[in-house]
Amino acid sequence: MVSQAHGLLWLLPALPLLGAVVNLFWGRRLGRYAGWLASATVIVAFGVALALMSQLLAKPAEDRLFVQHLFSWIEVGRFQVGADLRLDDLSMTMVLVVTGVGALIHVYAIGYMANDPRYGRFFAYMNLFVFFMLMLVLGGNYLVLYLGWEGVGLCSYLLIGFWFDVPENAEAAKKAFITTRIGDTLMLVGLALIVFRFGTLDFDAVFGTAGSVLTKDAATVIALLLFAGAIGKSAQVPLHVWLPDAMAGPTPVSALIHAATMVTAGVYLVVRSHVLFELSGVALTVVLVVGLITAIYAATCAIAQQDIKRVLAYSTISQLGFMFMAAGMRAYAVAIFFLVAHAFYKALLFLGAGSVIHGMHDDQDLRDMGGLRHAMPITFATFAIAALAQAGVPPLAGYFAKDAVLEVAQHTGRDAVYVLGSLAAFLSAFYLGRMLFLTFFGRARSDAARDAHESPPVMWVPLAILGFGVATAGWLNTTPEGRLAEFLREVTGLGPGGNGLGVLELSGIAVGLSLAALAVTWWIYGSGRVDPFAFRERLEPFPRAALHGWYVDRAYDTVLIQPAKAAAWITAYVVDARIIDGFVNAIGFSVRRLADRGRVVQTGFVRSYALVLFLGAVLILLYVGVRL
Amino acid sequence: MRTPVAYYLMLSGILFMLGTVGVLTRKNALLIFMSVELQLNAVNLSLVAFSRLHNDLTGQVLAFFSMVVAAAEVVVGLAIIVAIYRRRRSVDVDDVRELRW
Amino acid sequence: MPLDNVVFWVFAPISVASAIGMLLVRNAVHAALFLIVNFFCLAVFFLLLDAPFLFAVQIIVYAGAIMVLFLFVLMLLGVDSNVPIRERLLVQRPIAFILGAGFVVELFLAIRAGVGFATKAPDAFTANEGGNTQAVAKVLFGQYFFPFEVTSILLLVAAIAAMVLAHRRTRAVTQAEIDAAEDDHQEPAPAYDAEAAP
Repeated sequence: MVSQAHGLLWLLPALPLLGAVVNLFWGRRLGRYAGWLASATVIVAFGVALALMSQLLAKPAEDRLFVQHLFSWIEVGRFQVGADLRLDDLSMTMVLVVTGVGALIHVYAIGYMANDPRYGRFFAYMNLFVFFMLMLVLGGNYLVLYLGWEGVGLCSYLLIGFWFDVPENAEAAKKAFITTRIGDTLMLVGLALIVFRFGTLDFDAVFGTAGSVLTKDAATVIALLLFAGAIGKSAQVPLHVWLPDAMAGPTPVSALIHAATMVTAGVYLVVRSHVLFELSGVALTVVLVVGLITAIYAATCAIAQQDIKRVLAYSTISQLGFMFMAAGMRAYAVAIFFLVAHAFYKALLFLGAGSVIHGMHDDQDLRDMGGLRHAMPITFATFAIAALAQAGVPPLAGYFAKDAVLEVAQHTGRDAVYVLGSLAAFLSAFYLGRMLFLTFFGRARSDAARDAHESPPVMWVPLAILGFGVATAGWLNTTPEGRLAEFLREVTGLGPGGNGLGVLELSGIAVGLSLAALAVTWWIYGSGRVDPFAFRERLEPFPRAALHGWYVDRAYDTVLIQPAKAAAWITAYVVDARIIDGFVNAIGFSVRRLADRGRVVQTGFVRSYALVLFLGAVLILLYVGVRL
Repeated sequence: MRTPVAYYLMLSGILFMLGTVGVLTRKNALLIFMSVELQLNAVNLSLVAFSRLHNDLTGQVLAFFSMVVAAAEVVVGLAIIVAIYRRRRSVDVDDVRELRW
Repeated sequence: MPLDNVVFWVFAPISVASAIGMLLVRNAVHAALFLIVNFFCLAVFFLLLDAPFLFAVQIIVYAGAIMVLFLFVLMLLGVDSNVPIRERLLVQRPIAFILGAGFVVELFLAIRAGVGFATKAPDAFTANEGGNTQAVAKVLFGQYFFPFEVTSILLLVAAIAAMVLAHRRTRAVTQAEIDAAEDDHQEPAPAYDAEAAP
């Protein structure tokens, strides 16, 4: 591809950065306007992105690459890294998603966070996050990507723990940061290996020469290390444990970071580095398997959650698993399309959940809800659209995306993946239906539900816009070789192709499963003919196990955390306090004792001193005499 | 001279030893001081004996200087003892015991 | 028997005995007297060793000045008084004696190895040319002139030191005290108290 220098790429990340800085220093003085300022920066960035896209589309496919070299960042001997921005089809897609969905969420947050005392600080963090996310996707080399990677991790920590006076929130923020750190560190090792092998981190340089520079094993190692970072950031098994707890943050945060953008960074990383993954077949298989396991595991957990946001958290984990499945089967465009569609409907689900929570006066428990469709019609409508979309009801976006993944699996002969993936899809529809019916149908089960009211316009307008997006986004990529795939072809290459069941059969099976799940959940949760709580009781202990994520957290605690804490306690109180301090004290003590014993010599008697003098003289004489 | 020089030297040594024992044994500061004088004199004897042996007057001159310095030293030392006595009403060296542990 | 031999063997025991006596007596004045006897014996030895000048100086300076000074101080301090008999440092005496004995033995061996017990001084003491005093003067004011001068300064310093150390602070009588004394029709307070503790 031929690249052209573009002078204005920096504008994209600079706008939210400006917003962040202004809100950090003068946020309190701006008061109400802080939120509008922050939203404005992202909206304008979206506008800039649209303008850039039109410029990009004007070019033929092979030339769709803008680069901007901001400054030389690292220069050590022959190793050079520049602060390079790169806008190609893939990053363009990501930029549009980030700024578009991000803008809507910022506006929504104006209403949601209206009464919060640290209003300005919140929007500063949100803008800062958008800045880092843009740096991540616009990076022209792995180091800029890593900068954004770490930056979004930081903002995630700040925003999850935004209400830090509640200890659980601070704990959740710490957990998120530390868990992703494990992945980040492995990723850093991967980057180091890339430097070691290639001498550079630049994407074009690395991907262009990877075939000749790397052996299959080296590629496997590097790819797996990079994927480790993705596992952490995108909450895949086994580093998924932070995402359900991250729901402690405000709902706009969950929507933006933990649904639409940050968690998708892992998918972006894998797709961006697909050259390396393809050089090593093993790595792709690992990605596929991890994605599949995660998809099923998370779906089983989602079914049993009582908190509306935790359902969505596990749902996100599961859907991310689908994206990695697609990537593992080399259908990168499908993965990206899934990412885009998911961004829309997951953000919408979260914002809708936020609206519900707002209306329920901060009660998030599904058991207390019920019958809210009368009190909150707009929220209900948009939420239902998003739920149905994710469940895979045509012609909404989710149907096309999920269908594409399963179709690729079937066509490439991976029947096990197809079956298990369809199972996961069924479970997805199940938990979505459960959530939908428990919340909006039936009779209100608590006072909070009875007193619920619709949210203010500043909150439901973004919901409506997103709803529209969810409904229409399917148009982007109706088949695995649809428009988006065509758009991305330069970057991602063609999909795997293959043959198998026809479109009708596949759709039929998929849609059938979705509708079946929805029907069952309607029967259990929405119709009122079955008592869902008694039903749950009968199935114990499975619901409780699923509720606790099949006790993975507890396993980590026993195997890793408690031993680490014990080791720390031992090091602090035994090794340090007793052994080391004891040693030091013992030295002091023994010197003291020695001195105490020794000072008796100073009797003060002159005659004793004289005696010793004389003794010395005699001895010296003796010595001299003997010598002579 | 019919007496071997060594006899004078032995005598000098015995007197020196007696003086040292006196320094170490006595408690009265003045008596200690007198023992020191005994020591000095013993050394003077030895010096003069050697001077006679080697036919060189240096020994005698040295002994002379020794006497002069001994005189000065006695003066100062006795002044100190008097000063201490005024403070403590005692010339027992065991009483001057401040520099101890 | 040669004369110097006889004299030596008469006065050597006397000097040793007087030294031992000085060590043993309780009374400090007696000890001082024993020491004077010892000095006289030493003076005789100087004479025997052809050092008549030193013989004279020994008697004049040591026995005549230094010991007199000692006796003055002894009288002044009245040291018949309470010197406790009890020995606190029990180890002191035995070790002192042992060391002393050892020292003598060492010396004996050294002398035997060095000078030798048979060596006698040469008969002619040519250094005494022109008389002992004159010869000594020649060496003293010639070769050792600088130490001589330094020694004179030393004596000066010693004299001043003695005055400073032994000085008692006196307090001048203030006019107020005189007035007070006159008012009270009493004798003025003594300016110098010989017995007051400083």
